[in-house]
Amino acid sequence: MAAISREEVAHLARLSRLAVTEEELDTFAGQLDVILQSVAQVGEVAAADIPPTSHSVPLTNVLREDVVTPSLTPQEVLSGAPDAEEQRFRVPRILDEDVAS
Amino acid sequence: MTTTLPAYDEVVARWEPVIGLETHVELGTNTKMWCGCPTDFGGEPNTRVCPVCLGLPGSLPVANKAAIEATIRIGLALNCSIAEWCRFARKNYFYPDMPKNFQISQYDEPLCFDGYLDVEVNGELVRIGIERVHLEEDTGKTLHVGGATGRIHGATESLVDYNRAGIPLVEIVTKPIPGTGALAPEVARAYVAELRDVIRSLGVSDVRMEEGSLRCDVNTSLNRPGEEWGTRTETKNVNSLRSVERAVRSEMLRQASVLDAGGRITQETRHFHEDTGDTTPGRSKETATDYRYFPEPDLVPLAPDTAWVAELKAALPELPRLRRKRIQQDWGLSDLDMQSVVNAGAVELIEATVAAGATPAAARKWWLGELSRRANETGVELADVGATPAQVAELQGLVDAGKLNDKLARTVLEGVVAGEGSPTEIMTNRNLEVVSDTGALTAAVDEAIAANPDVADKVRSGKVAAAGALVGAVMKTTRGQADAKTVRELILERLGA
Repeated sequence: MAAISREEVAHLARLSRLAVTEEELDTFAGQLDVILQSVAQVGEVAAADIPPTSHSVPLTNVLREDVVTPSLTPQEVLSGAPDAEEQRFRVPRILDEDVAS
Repeated sequence: MTTTLPAYDEVVARWEPVIGLETHVELGTNTKMWCGCPTDFGGEPNTRVCPVCLGLPGSLPVANKAAIEATIRIGLALNCSIAEWCRFARKNYFYPDMPKNFQISQYDEPLCFDGYLDVEVNGELVRIGIERVHLEEDTGKTLHVGGATGRIHGATESLVDYNRAGIPLVEIVTKPIPGTGALAPEVARAYVAELRDVIRSLGVSDVRMEEGSLRCDVNTSLNRPGEEWGTRTETKNVNSLRSVERAVRSEMLRQASVLDAGGRITQETRHFHEDTGDTTPGRSKETATDYRYFPEPDLVPLAPDTAWVAELKAALPELPRLRRKRIQQDWGLSDLDMQSVVNAGAVELIEATVAAGATPAAARKWWLGELSRRANETGVELADVGATPAQVAELQGLVDAGKLNDKLARTVLEGVVAGEGSPTEIMTNRNLEVVSDTGALTAAVDEAIAANPDVADKVRSGKVAAAGALVGAVMKTTRGQADAKTVRELILERLGA
């Protein structure tokens, strides 16, 4: 059985705002399936005594003190922006989307 | 829609509300959550932004220790358990308010969980369960432009300022709150007010709803008594205590009118409108974005040391509800008087004024009288009205010393609020001190008696009450700068009454 369905790929493409053709969906579903199945092999060799992890380094509590460091200038900030106006990033309006937080 | 809404008491007779609150608090740290950019309010657009805020390639976030500490303290103050180990998570979504296209938040491993907050409503204690307290980052501010109206619906483009993006944001989520019946709107308000006071007492945020450092979303559902809970809606954009109350009430009425007509409630986000007090539908939850949360790979897990947590717990300040109880007893206030002090946001101010030497009664009089009126008129919080507790105590000191009468004191206070200096300076500069020179007063009294012989005769014949007219005349010639009681005594003495 495939690890990822064509429908799931279409869903992800929509969430990522990628225009994907019907043919591409077939191609990507096949390719992603290979990737997922390869990664899943890790799970097969991991014994019960190996806890799942999301991080490759065994570190916790990497924190910094609450001390101000210099920010960029607005010119630097906006230098990579596709467009700017009133010292702000100018982007197409996005409607009916959730706003985080 | 122009359907007539049912009466509130009929609604609560038929339906039982379940509410839930999600509150976001911007922390008052010096720097952002993941980088050293400053967090001060009101800077020019995009001047507090760095490669980390922008999510530029190669940049890495590092968690702000002060923000972690503040969140743990909030959790402890809300009687939560603190996670021994937890991770941040990436919340992916498509909207330009975060340049990274995701927000770093927490998902199934919140830093604090399973607590409660006791809230007083109409003298009764209501225990509000706290589901979780987690830490995330705030988003940038979008300005919608183009089109005719300047509102999002007519806009064609958005302008984005990322100064706010990355400011530490604590999210506090209650458990569902059933069983409050008709009091649901007041419970919601009381909870947010109490939470605000708790957080303020911790000194971790200025918790100002009007500036957006405390923001609230309100969940509401209705069910018939004894039946399962209904479908809930989430009302966003509720940005004052009064609005919290109004939003719950308005949503209860709206849902009841839909349900009474045999309709169904759609699980959706609704927006609250301050002007009308109504909610209107936003995005439907059925098409809710799939956030594809996963553990944030750029940050290592958090494992708060038990000794550190114990230390933070030991250092918690006295919490507002207990403090209010103590203060009420110390000041000898009735429940009602204490409530008015709390509602005016004057507890700390009065406390500081008393500490600066005024009596509780005098401190309360100034803060709840002149200064509250002034704050209401100018639409600012009492603490920002322009007078400090020390100045109010100084003013009262001048009154107690007989240098100012009540009317003059109010004039001086106006000067203080206008930034003219200390009460003593204003009194001296504007020559407002009570005339205590008996010679000058006697002259004014004699003048008043001579100008009003009829009144003087009445007083002489024993109608002491008539002396009021003479007192008024003297106060007029001394431009209010005499002590009315002294003047009266002087008049009676002169007239042998």
